Amino acid sequence: MNAWATSGEIAQAVRGGQASAVAIAEAALARIAERDGRINSFTAVTRERALAKAQALDAARARGEPLGALAGVPFAVKNLFDVAGLATLAGSKINREHAPATADATLIARLEAAGAVLVGALNMGEYAYDFTGENVHDGPSRNPHDTSRMTGGSSGGCGGAVAGGLVPIALGSDTNGSIRVPASLCGLFGLKPTYGRLSRARTFPFVASLDHLGPLARSTRDLALAYDAMQGHDADDPVCARRSIEPALPCLARGTAGLRIAVAGGYFKRGAFAQALQAVDRIAKALDTTHVVELPEAARARAAAYVITATEGAALHLDRLRTRADDFDPTVRDRLLAGAMLPASLVVKAHKFRRWYRDQVAKIFDRVDAILAPATPCTAPELGQKMLVLDGVAMPLRPNIGLYTQPISFIGLPVVAVPVPLGPLPIGVQIIAAPWREDVALRIAQALETAAVVQAPRPQQWKDA
Amino acid sequence: MDQSLDQYIELAAKALDLPIEPDWLPAIKANLEVTLRLGKEVASLALPDAAEPACVFEA
Repeated sequence: MNAWATSGEIAQAVRGGQASAVAIAEAALARIAERDGRINSFTAVTRERALAKAQALDAARARGEPLGALAGVPFAVKNLFDVAGLATLAGSKINREHAPATADATLIARLEAAGAVLVGALNMGEYAYDFTGENVHDGPSRNPHDTSRMTGGSSGGCGGAVAGGLVPIALGSDTNGSIRVPASLCGLFGLKPTYGRLSRARTFPFVASLDHLGPLARSTRDLALAYDAMQGHDADDPVCARRSIEPALPCLARGTAGLRIAVAGGYFKRGAFAQALQAVDRIAKALDTTHVVELPEAARARAAAYVITATEGAALHLDRLRTRADDFDPTVRDRLLAGAMLPASLVVKAHKFRRWYRDQVAKIFDRVDAILAPATPCTAPELGQKMLVLDGVAMPLRPNIGLYTQPISFIGLPVVAVPVPLGPLPIGVQIIAAPWREDVALRIAQALETAAVVQAPRPQQWKDA
Repeated sequence: MDQSLDQYIELAAKALDLPIEPDWLPAIKANLEVTLRLGKEVASLALPDAAEPACVFEA
């Protein structure tokens, strides 16, 4: 099977005996060895573990045992997930001194229980306070579509590894946009589920009240396969919802008939580059919608997410800022130090506003089932770029790539980012659904993919490999 | 505002036992200015006294 086989194809071949799990794992490991020097997506490769898992799968099949929905599917995780035997870096220098994790993150265990094969840990922005994918300790994640450009972050290695064909699925985290931004800049599908849907147990946190985990993949079906395998309550994560598993895969083929879909106006139209607006227009046209809705106070929502992030992030790292300030990425350190100094009254106001805003947006979902919005204001910027011109005003790039993702994750709404293959670089669109309706966003994504309106483009350098 | 924010950073760092090198100050100040501006923007929306914060958010 080549680098572009989907998880579904791989699992079907392994279950049917047309391919061995060991051969699939060895091929993934070979691609990592061959390609990663150019995109810098991996910080650790778990070769022995992967081959042992693959051998166990092949042996189980030989014994006639049934294999799971992800049998033999290679995957990798942002290096803030605990991987037994590895220190959980979270993109930092400081965490390299931590003892190796003694157990896997819940989501890794669940994917492996479905037969997936972990092949390594992935590069990320330091402590996830990042939208670029750049890392001063490990070097920048590089965009497979143009290695002089950013992957987006903070799940930068996830974007590079999946877009580069190294693995079909990666797990990332999204506090303010860190799955959706790299999905957009690398031309991938990304799912940020409802806040509380997927367990965060045994992952390094950033902003407890905003942190989500989810998959990136090259197809909607692969997102759904991984998502379904990871659902379910987990007592090890205090905010993981007590909901029964609601499989999305069986819903994918239902199409969009009967769904009321709107486009986000106002805030979500301002500041966007032409490509971002063109991508939303293309999808709106394909879905035959001209209905525009305004999310009230979206700019304040973004501001409140910014404030909560700065202060909760600072609180998390306060001791390290006191004792190890020189070991931080200076860009991250200075943002955290500023966050530590913010008056608490403004933070409480932001949390009060959060509930109010949630209630206002909930009213919109009485009238529509899904809302379309840009994922990023622009396609992948050049590595090292510091400023971005939005609406004619030069702004710092690092915090502003998440302009359109922050007001959505702020209230925990589920989103599928879908890739629109504009040339020369792709860009993503958010399909936003009501709380707990990941199935709606995934159905729309699948319909768009079936109609070839969205697709994950193959990088020119590895197009045929 | 400029000078008073410098003083605020100096005093807050002292109160919080945060060691700050002089050459970090411009970036800390720039970040704090943005975060304060955004915080004030949020706070300027009048909400009822009884409005509940959503510190642990449930969707």
